[in-house]
Amino acid sequence: MSRTFLGMPGRALERGFPANAAAAVRDSQLRFNLRKATRTIRGKRASVVAELPDWEGLRQAGKSIKDHTLRNLDRYLLQLEGAVTAAGGHVHWARDADEANRIVAGLVKATGETEVVKVKSMATQEIGLNEALAAEGVTAYETDLAELIVQLGDDWPSHILVPAIHRNRAEIREIFRKRMGEWGRPAPEDLTDDPRALAEAARLHLRERFLSTKVAISGANFMIAETGTLVVLESEGNGRMCLTLPRTLISVVGIEKILPTWRDLEVFLQLLPRSSTGERMNPYTSTWTGATEGQEFHLVLLDNGRTDVLADEVGRQALRCIRCSACLNVCPVYERAGGHAYGSVYPGPIGAILTPQLRGMGSELDRSLPYASSLCGACYEVCPVAIDIPEVLVDLRAKARHPRAERLGMAAAGWIFNRPERLALAQRAGGRLRRFVPKRLPGPMSAWTDTRDIPDIPRESFRDWWDRTGGGQTGTEPRDGAAR
Amino acid sequence: MNARDQILARIRGAVTGAPDVEVPRDYRGATGPGPGAGTAEPRLIDLLAERLRDYRAIVHVVPEAEIASVVREALARRAAARLVVPDGLPSAWLRPPEGEAVPYETVPYETVRDDPELSAGDLDRVDGVITGCAAAIAETGTIVLDAGPGQGRRALTLLPDYHLCVVRADQVVAGVPDAVAVLVAERPLTWISGPSATSDIELDRVEGVHGPRTLEVVIST
Repeated sequence: MSRTFLGMPGRALERGFPANAAAAVRDSQLRFNLRKATRTIRGKRASVVAELPDWEGLRQAGKSIKDHTLRNLDRYLLQLEGAVTAAGGHVHWARDADEANRIVAGLVKATGETEVVKVKSMATQEIGLNEALAAEGVTAYETDLAELIVQLGDDWPSHILVPAIHRNRAEIREIFRKRMGEWGRPAPEDLTDDPRALAEAARLHLRERFLSTKVAISGANFMIAETGTLVVLESEGNGRMCLTLPRTLISVVGIEKILPTWRDLEVFLQLLPRSSTGERMNPYTSTWTGATEGQEFHLVLLDNGRTDVLADEVGRQALRCIRCSACLNVCPVYERAGGHAYGSVYPGPIGAILTPQLRGMGSELDRSLPYASSLCGACYEVCPVAIDIPEVLVDLRAKARHPRAERLGMAAAGWIFNRPERLALAQRAGGRLRRFVPKRLPGPMSAWTDTRDIPDIPRESFRDWWDRTGGGQTGTEPRDGAAR
Repeated sequence: MNARDQILARIRGAVTGAPDVEVPRDYRGATGPGPGAGTAEPRLIDLLAERLRDYRAIVHVVPEAEIASVVREALARRAAARLVVPDGLPSAWLRPPEGEAVPYETVPYETVRDDPELSAGDLDRVDGVITGCAAAIAETGTIVLDAGPGQGRRALTLLPDYHLCVVRADQVVAGVPDAVAVLVAERPLTWISGPSATSDIELDRVEGVHGPRTLEVVIST
């Protein structure tokens, strides 16, 4: 599936994660912004999660509901399709990004409109919908404050929940001043960098647009198979504007976002807000079923590589993800490298396992993503659906094509370790030649020692020491010189 | 093969032989002990009020007989001249309390009905909206509207900058599972936990972006 498109600039894709990260960590402003933001949100999450005595029970239920759903995904998708259709909605199926974009563009054009408002949606970012619509003469306006900052700044999101986490208030003021006028109502002349003033500028900039636009595009956090209900969690009210006011609503949703029953929401409406924004509940949650209050409703079910992930016994757990971004906020690698280094709309630990599975490991970047981790396991600890990200990372590392020098080295090591007598010979040879082992390996092997020390080689192996001393009975000091 | 059949076939191919999973529900459910379980209802109401205030909503807890006077004071404070009143809102919430020398006609605001349906522009120009609700969740400080009587369609509580919501004591439930159990999936629901807010700029919480910037809640006991 190297064709699966995940919406990200070419620049970050050309290089591996290490090169992207090396560039990012030299940006002290970025590191300051990330450090402040991730620490703040980590603290908030920890305190609201600690409030619930049954958090672990909710987490295990969330994990199991998702696993059960994935196991029976065909059945639940058909049930959902039936329920949405019965409630007056239209269901479309898209195998990949191109097909989804074609469907959405066709639906928008059928309304005769050339402008759409959008609710923040990972799925539509993943398929590059805005660019595809632009190519068809349709302008998509992002309405989430952070997405607006990203769109006006001609930038890329760097966090699942707070896409403009890499920007501070002064940078945001500059973007608003320079660019708002090109997209609609300009920012006020005397705009300050107070977050209140910036939020007010966004409110005024988008207000007229909400009142006049006839078509909206959203994603969804959950879809209920039993009832055909879609659920969107948000904070600002831009989601409610888009879901409520336009005459036509098009929702593009990954096939894994399904939950079997209405009751299952009792688990996920507790897990998601606390893990995500660190609130007991997000300010607004909207649910709707089919065509609501006179709206025309279209649901586009998106595969785009998900069924490939589903086929992988270890990797399929990544499809449990509810996009809360708790794993980003605790990750020591993300906190320093930032989201752009991951070269995908899915950054951080979840991106490191999701992107290579969705996109395949054809590029240097995608092969390097499973290494964008110290395997510390903090991501697994905080994951509300218990995705064992380190397990998947290790599994993907084994599957990635490795450099020739590393493969030769590993093959040689395998040959030696395969027989005890070969190992003993190699250990004795190593002990004799220990003085000649360099601190850094030459040529293509140097990449290995760039980030690792060669361990000290003992003069004598444990087995040789045991044989010579009778298990420590006699002459425990090693002999002088280069062993026997 | 069309997209639908192909995706379904890929799914079936992908999960063949995978074991199914039992769902353990080892958490506080709708009938299980909640944070307010075993305690009197006032505890739940206090918790709801406290949690709503955490979101910087304005909250009043008053006996049912005082709803109208609290509503009137709130609207006067707000200087709300034109107020949307959805069909089915108990008229007692707006009527001046008996014995008070304020004739109905002198109530200092004009009420606007959504019949015929107000345009988005109309709604944008009113000063506020008053509604009831379908349920309220104490533990999370959440009010749920289901577009039922006294609540109106979803846009009514979205475009006006001020939302005054009256919650009856018997609508307050302990936790999220209790609310999911009493709500009807097929109705359009809006779960509201405080005024519209954003944390998109340096994770600083700012109340008031696109939804009502002020949420005022009257909880009757």
